[in-house]
Amino acid sequence: MILDIIHILLPLLIIGSSLFAVLLKDLIAAAIAVAAMSLLLSLEFFILQAPDVAIAEAGIGACLTTAILVIAIKSTKRMEDEK
Amino acid sequence: MNGMSRIVKTITSIVFPFIMIFGLYIIAHGHLTPGGGFQGGAVVASGCAMILVAYGSVWTMGKIKEKNLSILESIGAICFIILAILGLGFGTVFFKNFLVGSNIIFGIVPSFGSTISNINTAGVIPLMNFAVGLKVIVGLFGIVLIMAYASRRRDNK
Repeated sequence: MILDIIHILLPLLIIGSSLFAVLLKDLIAAAIAVAAMSLLLSLEFFILQAPDVAIAEAGIGACLTTAILVIAIKSTKRMEDEK
Repeated sequence: MNGMSRIVKTITSIVFPFIMIFGLYIIAHGHLTPGGGFQGGAVVASGCAMILVAYGSVWTMGKIKEKNLSILESIGAICFIILAILGLGFGTVFFKNFLVGSNIIFGIVPSFGSTISNINTAGVIPLMNFAVGLKVIVGLFGIVLIMAYASRRRDNK
């Protein structure tokens, strides 16, 4: 019963954080939203019984991609242009 | 990118060995538990990236030269290919698992059925996991390190 609720709740949270990553104008906040989406996706992989994919997703997606994105944003502008 | 405050440096120094042990455990037990060379290497590279963020890219670049990183990555790839070619030499085909059944290292054949997992099994697969792990650690950490160092130079202009 609890597992069914988690199976319904986790994809909704993934879609929500992906929408935040697209809609936010602050690029650092958008990078953190991508990291949150990746962490929730690794949790989804774990409850679908693929633990090695979950380890790879948590290492690559939630840590290294966020580090590269934040370093890239620090050397350019932080806010997205309004047009 | 300069280093962060003293609190962050202290917590990083405390947490860093545990991340290293977890990643190396995933690499060394790649043939028994979920994970393997790539996953454990990604975990270890994440710990090294944490060191990079806490202490700054200038300090890290003073400790590690990028030429050594390139040499280590090439050593990982060459070890993988040499193990595969040794299968061609000692056995019959490319990637032949020639260590299974021998008494050198990793040579025990487990009995059939559900048994207690023994780390001294699986022949050449743990050695290939170590080679892939070395290549992934150095490759992923090298990407982040070079990117941080290049953006620091641009800030000073």
